Amino acid sequence: MEKLIVTPSPHISSSRTTATIMRDVVIALIPALIASVIFFGLRALLVEAVCVISCVAFEYASRRVMKRDNTISDWSAVVTGLLLAFNLPVSIPIWVAIIGCFAAIVIVKQLFGGIGQNFANPAITGRIILFVSFASHMTNWLPPFFYKSDVDVVSIATPLTDMASANTLDLFLGNVPGCLGETSALALLLGGIYLVVRRVISPTIPLVYIGTVFVLAFCFGQNPVDQIFAGGLMIGAIFMATDYATSPMTTKGKIIFGFGCGLITICIRVFGNYPEGTSFAILFMNIVCPLIDRYTKSKPFGIQKQQKGA
Amino acid sequence: MAIMQSNRSLKGVVVPHHKHTEDTESVMFQDIDEICIPMLQHMGAPCTPIVKVGEQVTVGQKIGESEQFLSAPIHSSCSGTVKRIDEYMTAAGVKTHLVIIANDHQYQVSSEIQKPQIHDYQSFVDVVRESGLVGLGGAGFPVHVKLSYKDIDRIQKLVINAAECEPFITADYRECIENTQNVLDGIEAVCKYLNISDVYFGIEANKPKALELLDQKTANLPHFHVVRLKQLYPQGAEKSIIYATTGIAVPSGKLPADCGVLVMNVSSVGFIGSLLKNGMPLTLKRITVDGDAIKHPKNLIVPIGTPIQDILDHCEMNTTPKKVLMGGPMMGIAVSDLQTPIIKNNNAILAFSENEIEPYKTTSCIRCGRCVAGCPMNLMPTMLEKAYDRRDAEELNELQINLCINCGCCSYTCPAKRQLAQKNQLAKAFARKHSSVK
Repeated sequence: MEKLIVTPSPHISSSRTTATIMRDVVIALIPALIASVIFFGLRALLVEAVCVISCVAFEYASRRVMKRDNTISDWSAVVTGLLLAFNLPVSIPIWVAIIGCFAAIVIVKQLFGGIGQNFANPAITGRIILFVSFASHMTNWLPPFFYKSDVDVVSIATPLTDMASANTLDLFLGNVPGCLGETSALALLLGGIYLVVRRVISPTIPLVYIGTVFVLAFCFGQNPVDQIFAGGLMIGAIFMATDYATSPMTTKGKIIFGFGCGLITICIRVFGNYPEGTSFAILFMNIVCPLIDRYTKSKPFGIQKQQKGA
Repeated sequence: MAIMQSNRSLKGVVVPHHKHTEDTESVMFQDIDEICIPMLQHMGAPCTPIVKVGEQVTVGQKIGESEQFLSAPIHSSCSGTVKRIDEYMTAAGVKTHLVIIANDHQYQVSSEIQKPQIHDYQSFVDVVRESGLVGLGGAGFPVHVKLSYKDIDRIQKLVINAAECEPFITADYRECIENTQNVLDGIEAVCKYLNISDVYFGIEANKPKALELLDQKTANLPHFHVVRLKQLYPQGAEKSIIYATTGIAVPSGKLPADCGVLVMNVSSVGFIGSLLKNGMPLTLKRITVDGDAIKHPKNLIVPIGTPIQDILDHCEMNTTPKKVLMGGPMMGIAVSDLQTPIIKNNNAILAFSENEIEPYKTTSCIRCGRCVAGCPMNLMPTMLEKAYDRRDAEELNELQINLCINCGCCSYTCPAKRQLAQKNQLAKAFARKHSSVK
């Protein structure tokens, strides 16, 4: 008679795994990917492909070097690659993009222990490293549909540096200069809705983040609608601030996190030297996330009453 | 009264139902040659066998007894000869005895069995004690202990647990449908002797027939509330069902009785109903037999002490099972030996051709927070795991590890497939051991 398998309960498990979650994030990024190719041409696809391939390769190589089990099948490196590419301008030299991938995967993610252990979002940090190291490459904005133009294109300002000339509909659709995947609020919102419907993310952080920017933009005399559609806010709020590893676990924590992101973003945009503050806001809140987690632990059931009585 | 819809509930997870056997009427299965009765089928002190090898026994005859209060007597479920008395280790690892009876297939009933005479609260509790009844829903807590209150007046609410939130199991559902009158009589008796004013009958929304039937039968009873519970595992956990039906949040470290609530499983009250009529102790148990390795899934009524092998043979198997569970897939125990007998608080035998969780590999925690969002006790399993890995008893106590009810929601929902529920059990024992100095 064959031996029976004995394991502790539970004996069933949900079919959701880390890989299915990350795959859902990739699916949610596809509308923005399509938008990037429409607005910025095939070079957008090249940058995206290079980033995804380099991120997966760096993930594989660093796990090999550290003699750890291979984690490329969890799709998280694909997500990081896509997000990082979405945060680069179309004109970015390929070698700069690869350095960004190295920073994101090797330095920010793997050196801190791999998936779930990184203290900051790899794509955001990768972008910031490139931004401070290669400022001119990272701010060389080309207008949408430049590839259809016969004359030589010249770089122009993004809507955030020149808010007055922004057209709300263009901002919403993504027909503005900017990073590859950040310009189309519509495409990003579609992805966000998919993630919420699939229960990959809770809508708390994006809603609080975007809501805070909206309200504060209004208070600071800005056009709140343009402020939420412009720059990297949508991609940041929906895809980067919701990164599990670097955002709080409880709803209360998520509200504080989202508010902090919103507050810092709008302060940098309105009062700071940089036109865009999303990346710095998210990075800063990533760093205070353990602190938020510590003070927003869930209250065990029935505990409150006992303490009152004690 | 109309069915009460409960919209509040503690947290939990959505599990598949697999209630394949819900429409199959229970059948009696008694064709067993050897009945093996463990002397510990409840929470508390084990019983000592009071029969000797070679002795003739009859159905309902007491064969195990303990002088401890927290215990319940054990009765023979067949007539025949005591063949052997073996050493036996229960699933929980407690050493006790196993009385093996050669069944003569006559099922001759003990002459001592008669309709019980009950005139007051104390005699009611005594009759329940003598019947060997334990909580049939899960933990097997002796019912007479549960019913023994210093001050019975403080119990005002009786919650009947028919949530049956575990996948596959339909035994309690069949109890509601097939044994309705006894269930209602049992409830009436408990209410009468304990002077209880309100009854909340909690059934998960996926059992509309049971909800309607009970609502019909109790239409003229104003104190009887049939409550439709949201479909969420673990609605049948004690604190969950109290909260979902009555809105009462039992404080940590307190018992339901401290809040004036008594929770009883539907099969337990159904048994009390029949006990009051014929005095027959607990010797039979309705169980659901299911799982993909079973050719004919069904509900069986079997004598307590029936070896699992006999049940599997009776229901026939498609294939050799790889995993056999006593109880549901969320909290059931995987058995290592098919000679393991059915005990009082078993409600299902599930046989699977594959170990469903086997293909899943444990990977790193991604801090998604699903375990936190799914914990009915509002604990943070991921932080408990880290605290246990550091062997930090202080942190474990701060995170209230003692509240864990081992429902398994955290492990079930974890995308990294971490064995959080198992860690919690280890952590609970560790914290208990290391915090006594405090």
